[in-house]
Amino acid sequence: MHTYFIEISYLLASILFILGLKGLSHPESAKRGMHLAEFGMLMAIIGTLMHYEIVTYTWIITGLVLGSLVGLAMGLWVPMTAMPQRTALSHAFGAFAAALVGISEFYRVGGHLETITMSALGFEVMLGALTTTGSLLAFAKLQGLVRGTPVTYRGQNVFNMALLATTVGIFIYLIIVPGSMPLFFTMVGLAFVFGILLVIPIGAADMPVVMSLLNSYAGLASAATGFVLKNNVLIIAGTLDGFSGFILSILMCRAMNRSMANVLFGAFGSAAKSDKPGEQSGTMREVSLDDIAVQLAYAKQVVFVPGYGMATAQAQHAVRELADTLEKRGVTVKFGIHPVAGRMPGHMNVLLAEANVPYSSLYELEQINPEFPSTDVAVVIGANDVVNPDARDNPGSPIAGMPILEVDRAKSVVVLKRGQGKGFSGLENPLFFKEVTGMLYGDAKDTLTRMIQAVQQA
Amino acid sequence: MSPEALISALYVFALAAFLGYQVISRVPPLLHTPLMSATNAISGISLVGSIVTAGAHYNTVSTVLGFTAVFCSTTNVVGGFVITDRMLRMFKRKPTVKEKKK
Repeated sequence: MHTYFIEISYLLASILFILGLKGLSHPESAKRGMHLAEFGMLMAIIGTLMHYEIVTYTWIITGLVLGSLVGLAMGLWVPMTAMPQRTALSHAFGAFAAALVGISEFYRVGGHLETITMSALGFEVMLGALTTTGSLLAFAKLQGLVRGTPVTYRGQNVFNMALLATTVGIFIYLIIVPGSMPLFFTMVGLAFVFGILLVIPIGAADMPVVMSLLNSYAGLASAATGFVLKNNVLIIAGTLDGFSGFILSILMCRAMNRSMANVLFGAFGSAAKSDKPGEQSGTMREVSLDDIAVQLAYAKQVVFVPGYGMATAQAQHAVRELADTLEKRGVTVKFGIHPVAGRMPGHMNVLLAEANVPYSSLYELEQINPEFPSTDVAVVIGANDVVNPDARDNPGSPIAGMPILEVDRAKSVVVLKRGQGKGFSGLENPLFFKEVTGMLYGDAKDTLTRMIQAVQQA
Repeated sequence: MSPEALISALYVFALAAFLGYQVISRVPPLLHTPLMSATNAISGISLVGSIVTAGAHYNTVSTVLGFTAVFCSTTNVVGGFVITDRMLRMFKRKPTVKEKKK
């Protein structure tokens, strides 16, 4: 009887999860969808608590309460600018949980598992372990605890491949000859190390791809747990998560016109530095804030293009205020969002939504590009590579072919930048040297606040 | 696991993958960050595996590992859903002309 109740609660949860994700196809239906998914989760947990094997609730309740407290604190107080870090951390937690369940299962039966279960368990533990350390390193890079620049050394890829081969070798041995505890724990240890090595060579600008990929691994680890425990809701939820991450990483790669292999093994930032430096001629034209304010105030259409610099300067509220001020004067204001702007998929959208920019003003790359020729002023805030015209014009550029926001087609371009340095990829950006472009140096938030006043006086 | 059980599990996996592809390709880039935190929360369903491990008392090691796993997954489930809700509440439509006049 209990078994039926549990299985039905799982079935219900699976259906509600799918409906929940379906809701995410539109902002209006998304909230209700998430409530369905939350209800599904609750059902599955209540169902599981009736499992016949459970003899003591002490540790379950303690874990649930402590986890809820930490989760609630993180959920309520993490600022939107720190969303990439929090997401990386939660990938680590999810993957670690999957790895632990697998290890515990192996330990319980003394490693004597038959072929199929051992195969699933191996996948679960390896994916779980490498995602844990990989995500923790991604977290450290995003939080600024570790430098975001790629770390490379000679023979890196060969070394990584050798390590991976060893790990998989042990895995295959364990499937054929089950039961060796030391070998199993060596495999787990190597997978933990491999996770670090996988993320070390990846630069900050490639984080959206890595985040998506780790998301995918964490999901697949959960799905593998489902195979080990013969639990369908785990397989379904894990697969949905795994595929979501996979689709996102493909979209991110496409938005940079690069292959997955290139992102993972290319160590972008360091390779780009070898590109002929100093071939850019011309000077960057620094413009005065008041001139720009007048241009903005009398423009018909203004497009803002935010990048990671907006997040670091916490300038999203100032941007919205400026947009409001302009709209009051009758200027049409739009926001052009590049898919890989920021450190995770959709990062800029969330920040601007937080600052109360209505989502109908946020435009995707394909929608906004045809608008630039009829745009009077394009304002680039802390974005660099996503507006680099070299990607379109210079086939020799390391980012050649990457779809960009074509701000240089606007009648006038203003670039808000912290200093004269290069972007995260270390590439020279010809946009800054164009005649239509004016540069405004300084902290973006500060500049924008002064700009609002100047526009009001114009 | 019997071969039959494996096959039926693979069916579930394949269908879920297909469904996941269909459902998730319809999510607009606008909602990609909430999508990631939502799928994170949902995959915290591995909690159900951890709960049994933590409460079944197979041996001390399993209980400790299970407890840690329950903690980690719960953090994900609760944190993931709370933050997704928080984000989704921020996405607002542009007020229509009527609403503006009020």
